[in-house]
Amino acid sequence: MVCRTVRRVADEPAVLAEDLRKSFRGKRALAGLDLRVAVGTVHGVLGPNGAGKTTAVRILTTLLRPDAGRARVLGLDVVREAHELRSRIGLTGQYAAVDERLTGLENLEMFGRLYRLPARVARARARELLERFDLTDAAGRQTRTYSGGMRRRLDLAASLLINPPVLFLDEPTTGLDPRSRAAMWQVVEDLVRAGTTVLLTTQYLEEADRLADRISVIDGGRVIAEGTVDELKARTGGSRLDIVLAGDDPAQVEAARAVLARFGTGPATADADARRITVPVAGASVLSAVVRALDEIAVTLDDVGLHRPSLDDVFLSMTGHRAGDDEPPAGAPAVPGERPPADGAAGDDDSDRDGRSVVTA
Amino acid sequence: MSALDVGAPAGGGVELVPARRGRLAWVVIDAWIMARRNLVQTWRIPELLVFSMIQPVMFVLLFTYVFGGAIDVGPGRKYVDYMMPGVFMQTVVFGAMITGIGLAEDRQRGLIDRFRSLPMSRSALLTGRTLSDLVRNALILVTMLLVGLAVGFRFGDTTVPAALLGFGLMLLFAYAFSWISAVIGLSVSSAEAAQSGGFIWVFPLVFASSAFAPVGSMPGWLQAFARHQPVSVTIDAVRALFLGGPVTSVLLQSLAWCVGLLLVFVPFAVRVYRRSAST
Repeated sequence: MVCRTVRRVADEPAVLAEDLRKSFRGKRALAGLDLRVAVGTVHGVLGPNGAGKTTAVRILTTLLRPDAGRARVLGLDVVREAHELRSRIGLTGQYAAVDERLTGLENLEMFGRLYRLPARVARARARELLERFDLTDAAGRQTRTYSGGMRRRLDLAASLLINPPVLFLDEPTTGLDPRSRAAMWQVVEDLVRAGTTVLLTTQYLEEADRLADRISVIDGGRVIAEGTVDELKARTGGSRLDIVLAGDDPAQVEAARAVLARFGTGPATADADARRITVPVAGASVLSAVVRALDEIAVTLDDVGLHRPSLDDVFLSMTGHRAGDDEPPAGAPAVPGERPPADGAAGDDDSDRDGRSVVTA
Repeated sequence: MSALDVGAPAGGGVELVPARRGRLAWVVIDAWIMARRNLVQTWRIPELLVFSMIQPVMFVLLFTYVFGGAIDVGPGRKYVDYMMPGVFMQTVVFGAMITGIGLAEDRQRGLIDRFRSLPMSRSALLTGRTLSDLVRNALILVTMLLVGLAVGFRFGDTTVPAALLGFGLMLLFAYAFSWISAVIGLSVSSAEAAQSGGFIWVFPLVFASSAFAPVGSMPGWLQAFARHQPVSVTIDAVRALFLGGPVTSVLLQSLAWCVGLLLVFVPFAVRVYRRSAST
């Protein structure tokens, strides 16, 4: 790897943003964003569309100047030392930014040369990455013939040409099928094991849960919560009890909600279809008591389950709306074991989102 | 410079040592890499090249055989000789508009973001694109010359260097227009907008000009514009270089336009590029 003759700054994080502000034609995108990413970690930036995730990444990767505040990546100021910084970072954005009329190999060679690698090195490195991303067979094909997953892999390969110590991934798996998504996660995990620092934005809670050491939840252009996954989950307070009623008789629903409210540590909420009722609980011990109490008032259940809080819950409790509310991500996988699919397949994800939090006991 | 030494992550087998060269060398190398990319694209979409020649060929046929007979270009002159410099200019000026469309496409696909995140020269994408579009324009121009010769166009009282100067002047003019087109392409929201928005403003320049009919035949209020606007001036210069006649004044005016446009729009386009955000 490149031997960089640079000074080590004690305790300098890989990414540091302080009070970043940015508006576009009067519309505020960032309203005082702070970020601190330790060297060698994966930091998840989690938030709905329009929260300011992409704006933050664009500032940190020198594509955009902040209106106010300052940011350093690897100790380099993103405005004043932008040029030096560009040869040390990799960026994979929401688009697969590759030239569709060039072949996979030609794309990587071109980007390698623009990273200042000598022609011979750029070519060798391109082949190495194509091999690593399982694209060797497609190396000589124009990328417009690639599948979405292949294009994303090529795009990621392009941002790894110089083996950057810091990698920015802006919603790297948006629109990918579950298999390609899992492959992408594997790559990120390998990179981190090799020492790369990763800043990852995502709307997928599962993704942040799986990859990130620490998470910043952002909404309205500022960080509203920061911590490890466990810390954030602990903040929403323990577990959650879900029941699904067999029928939707209003009297029964009301009675069942009263029971749940009695045992819960917070308000019991019923879904739009009024068959699912959810309540936060202190621990697993209440489960049998709840079932007994419901049995006594002759409420029949389709399903009952106790769940550790997911990041979904964390997000909901902090922002008052679900991640991806304004644009439900296509094909986003439900968090495994998070909610039992009540009425049909996992595809009910979206209606579930929109119809939630209707009545509170 | 105080960057953080993070103990770079272990790479693969290849030593990733960047090359070291002077700043100016990088400007040239990066622009060449970008130009080559566009030329490969052009080569791989031959139908686009063919389509961009069909329109001027139709104009040649239309004006030679349909309208030409009704247009009086003065005694002792064939209409086809008068018209061809106009068609050449129309071709290269419209051809220059491809610059903005290509850039708008790059922007739409997120490629401009990628280029801007790389340590490459800030002017390379634009110089590479405009230069490759110049090569493309030169190719089309040669083809149009052959088409012109086939329908009866002949050089008049001129010399080979003067005729070559005429072609050079048209390409220089088109190059300047490429930079205007670049500003448009980087400013609009989509490739489709670049496509339509890019042509609207050149239409009056190309047609309210001396390209297809003598300015003297137009109404008085239009003559002032048509006589002095850059496209007319350049067509008049090219016509004089191809067919003979007084050339110095129009040639100097045309060159002044080219240099002036480049002086304004090259820095303007680079500035827009540096600030451009993807949509």
